[in-house]
Amino acid sequence: MKSFGYTISKGRVIDYDANDHRLENLVLAAEPTLALCIACGCCAATCTAAQHTGFSLRRINVSLRRGETDIIRQEISGCMLCGKCTILCPRGVSTRNIVFTVRKHLSLLDNNAV
Amino acid sequence: MSRHVVVIGGGVAGMECAGRLGMMGHRVTLIEKDAKTGGHAALWYQLFPDRRPAREVIDYLNESGTAGDVTVFTGTVVKSVTRGGNCLAVETNGPGSLNADAVIIATGFDLFDAGKKEEYGHGIYENVITSAELEEMFHNGKVLTVSGKSPERVGIIHCVGSRDEKVGNFHCSKVCCVTAVKQAIEIRELMPDTQVFCFYMDMRMFGPYYEELYRESQEKWNVSYVRGRVSEASETIGGRLVIKVEDTLAGRPLRMELDMLVLMTGMEPSAAGSQLARNSGLIAGANGFLAGNDHHYGTNESPLKGVFYAGSCVAPMNITDSLSHARAAVLGVSEYLSKLSQ
Repeated sequence: MKSFGYTISKGRVIDYDANDHRLENLVLAAEPTLALCIACGCCAATCTAAQHTGFSLRRINVSLRRGETDIIRQEISGCMLCGKCTILCPRGVSTRNIVFTVRKHLSLLDNNAV
Repeated sequence: MSRHVVVIGGGVAGMECAGRLGMMGHRVTLIEKDAKTGGHAALWYQLFPDRRPAREVIDYLNESGTAGDVTVFTGTVVKSVTRGGNCLAVETNGPGSLNADAVIIATGFDLFDAGKKEEYGHGIYENVITSAELEEMFHNGKVLTVSGKSPERVGIIHCVGSRDEKVGNFHCSKVCCVTAVKQAIEIRELMPDTQVFCFYMDMRMFGPYYEELYRESQEKWNVSYVRGRVSEASETIGGRLVIKVEDTLAGRPLRMELDMLVLMTGMEPSAAGSQLARNSGLIAGANGFLAGNDHHYGTNESPLKGVFYAGSCVAPMNITDSLSHARAAVLGVSEYLSKLSQ
């Protein structure tokens, strides 16, 4: 078929009901402190990776809660696991363990092992 | 020396004033426009942050209110208060004109009419209700959609009628945020399989143990919070509700289906109280609530000598603050009356 160069762009809307919430539920079960995040951004402010890259743990948390797995898949490798965010979090969210847990369950999900 | 004090408004602040003045030995007339005293609190099921039955506070007020010489007129509207010499004339539509040595205005607030925010569909879609209507459901022990089903997912919209220039209210009603948290927990407790989402602009947990309740709602009840003001609700062919909101933390618009939508209606100055204030030459502030003589140390004092303010007629308040403000008004009356006697 002849291509005219037009494409259909993916909508920007977070379609909550169509999204896959399996990763959210797995991480919430393994690390319940995720539910305590109030998105203050303290984790992202102290993050060494965030000074040089687009990595933001605050965005990872929000994306998890909305079932935006693709964003997490793209961004989760940006964390260097230094754990400064965990020391600072005012709500006691075990942020470093969230990254661990996300990586573990994401690879299980992607390998259809869940 | 015993004096006659008229208290206008039989909500929690007015009842507290009447009770305290009665205990001090004054003759008190409490005037309530509705058929019953107790105001909005009497319609509430449980109170934040400790979720005690609202009934307990009303019982305390009824008990303390009957200790002294207190006469209650219900179904009575006060038209105006005017001053002549040291005496105040209170014009009513019931017992006529009453002479008082001092008057306390405790006319409280009206709940914002949710139908004015047409985009949220109250009065259009059957499963859109207000926070007050949800309290009624809690009284009955059941939260059901109009088709009689347990909702799988409930959305709660904060700031309905508050912080909204479009309805003429710039102010924050203060108590709706914590009410939303309380009601979210109550829904989850009543129906453990129901998901609850709160849509907020800011979480204003101003009182003691409010922030703790907010935390409990996340930790124990898994209530979800989405930061953003819902722009509109609509209905699907299947009869579910769909809301549109910018998830400001994700930086993207979000769409979600719900079975029930609860609107956290804010506080507006009571229409009856505002009318009384206009007829009596009293001043409302820019937000419409009654303005005391000083914003810091004179919120109980009106420009009309011998007339005092108590409770949420001066600003949105929770019950605790309304009662404290009422006692402060009683102190003002007491000081005023003792000066009259000299």
